[in-house]
Amino acid sequence: MSALNTYILRIADDSLILGQRLSELCGHGPAIEEDIALTNVALDLIGQATSLYEYAAEIQNGGKTSDDLAFLRLEHQYLNTLLVEQPNGDFGMTIVRQWLFDTFRLPFYEALQQSKDAQIAGIAEKALKETRYHWRHSSEWVIRLGDGTEESHYRVQEALNFLYKYVDELFYMDDIDKEMIEKGIGVDLESLRPAFNERLKHVLEASTLSMPAYEWKLKGGRVGRHTEHLGHILTELQYMQRAYPNLQW
Amino acid sequence: MSTKDWPLWEVFIRSKQGLAHKHVGSLHAPDAEMAVENARDVYTRRNEGISIWVVESSQVFASDPSDSDAFFEPAQSKVYRHPTFYEVPEGIAHM
Amino acid sequence: MKEVNLTELEAAFQAKIDSEVRIEPKDWMPERYRKTLIRQISQHAHSEIVGMLPEGNWITRAPNLRRKQVLLAKVQDEGGHGQYLYSAMETLGHSRQQSMDDLISGKAKYSSIFNYPTLTWADIGAVGWLVDGAAIMNQVALCRTSYGPYARAMVRICKEESFHQRQGFEIMCVLMKGSEEQRAMAQDAMNRFWWPALMMFGPSDADSTNSEESLKWRIKRHTNDELRQSFIDATVPQAELIGLTIPDKDLKWNEARGHYDYGQIDWNEFKQVVSGHGPCNTERIAARKKAEEDGKWVREAAMAYAEKKKARKAS
Repeated sequence: MSALNTYILRIADDSLILGQRLSELCGHGPAIEEDIALTNVALDLIGQATSLYEYAAEIQNGGKTSDDLAFLRLEHQYLNTLLVEQPNGDFGMTIVRQWLFDTFRLPFYEALQQSKDAQIAGIAEKALKETRYHWRHSSEWVIRLGDGTEESHYRVQEALNFLYKYVDELFYMDDIDKEMIEKGIGVDLESLRPAFNERLKHVLEASTLSMPAYEWKLKGGRVGRHTEHLGHILTELQYMQRAYPNLQW
Repeated sequence: MSTKDWPLWEVFIRSKQGLAHKHVGSLHAPDAEMAVENARDVYTRRNEGISIWVVESSQVFASDPSDSDAFFEPAQSKVYRHPTFYEVPEGIAHM
Repeated sequence: MKEVNLTELEAAFQAKIDSEVRIEPKDWMPERYRKTLIRQISQHAHSEIVGMLPEGNWITRAPNLRRKQVLLAKVQDEGGHGQYLYSAMETLGHSRQQSMDDLISGKAKYSSIFNYPTLTWADIGAVGWLVDGAAIMNQVALCRTSYGPYARAMVRICKEESFHQRQGFEIMCVLMKGSEEQRAMAQDAMNRFWWPALMMFGPSDADSTNSEESLKWRIKRHTNDELRQSFIDATVPQAELIGLTIPDKDLKWNEARGHYDYGQIDWNEFKQVVSGHGPCNTERIAARKKAEEDGKWVREAAMAYAEKKKARKAS
């Protein structure tokens, strides 16, 4: 499998798995308006994943379709970060997970727009517009919940304390990334840290939340080593394709 | 048993440049910023708009239908406000 | 004196209705008209919101990316439609919260169809095709209902719904062109959803308690049986075209009437489901209750923040 292929799948899998998580909530949101808003985010993410899988299928040129890539890989072949597979929990957990992810994705897509790979640049340009809105929405919620009631402050702070150990993995880089950076296709994630930290700090201050004080970092998703949650996500995601193989729907 | 719901907002959407904002419905939101975002998600899922106004419903002051005779009927008799009231010789154009 | 006024007002109101003038929120209206509308619009809104659940049940298991996106967008639309309807209802001075509370306490009704389970992927096809198809019959008629905000909400909903039925029928078409297993899945869904879909139009005219007044006030424009017949007439050829059998041995074209004759609807089942004893009544209400309760701290926090912000601005 080429580095480019792996690189695309990592981005696509983040979008798909987070989209899948959010779609669990459709019909169960804390208010109708927010239910609709979260579903829009889910739709954007699954749309991004679809474009990326289509491109990956094209460059693999092995007769696989975007659906094969999305639905028929094994657990260790999914390359999403651990953050996006974490359960929805309460709305605080959902929104903090979203906010951390959006805060990363924003500078990431900004940089990826400059990719020398025209298809990737095009997908990034479209996704950036969507992500700007996602970030605006999720960060506004973090501020409201952080600076809302005592209970909401406690809940989002707990969510942040729980999820923060997965943040560092968003910046994970290995030989795949190095090759993509050298070719002018990929993004040097390390260079995004200042923008990420700046945005994070800004929202944390406004929300009266505090940065968790631990150095605990977990990773593994980018090389296919996941938390226990992914298997269950795939059980649902892949159900139809596994139970009724090789059919059209 | 229930908590107080978020206030109600009236939503107005401009569908394209050159047209006025038009009332499309209402929604609930805790504040103006969220009301605009919710309006985007609830009322423009199909490219219906390029600009959104929200007004808290309690801030709208409306005329009373029972006053409508006094309010609106007097205008009905003022036919001289309309161009068709005036006779113009045949052959006159652009007037 | 007051008595006379009321009679006059009612006569003027009926004259307006008869000359097809729409009633708007601040206009005078008989208390029963207001109550009937609040009941009907809130039931309609609840149906949209509860209706998200049976289809939402399959979003995470949708068989491919396209179907997943379509289903998400569709279920999201139902939420939007619920919101348009609550919005229309609120112009009558009845709050959404009050209405939600009634739903959760089991006081308010919603369409009985959503108390049936979605067991296979084909059910998503059947729901889109039959349930949305039946709903559209009702909704198109309601675009001309006498209450302005309700009619406007319906116009918007009908525009958006046009893809809902199509996507459902498309699912069924693909299944019927598929493997034997898929065809059996489609037929099974048809068998389970046909009769409940017919029940969606409500009791037959002879037993419908609210019909007469609603027709007089032009809240409704067609009777339950008229709409049911239109739905059957439209749907039977669609089923035949793709090779599905309608599970009704009495169904046959009646040349003289120009309509299909159909078998006896099991009104006992309908009554059971409406009175809370359908297959999923408990689960549906429990899901809405959970969403309400889980969201409570979120809604409170957002309000608290808004008030703080206002106070900060003021000082």
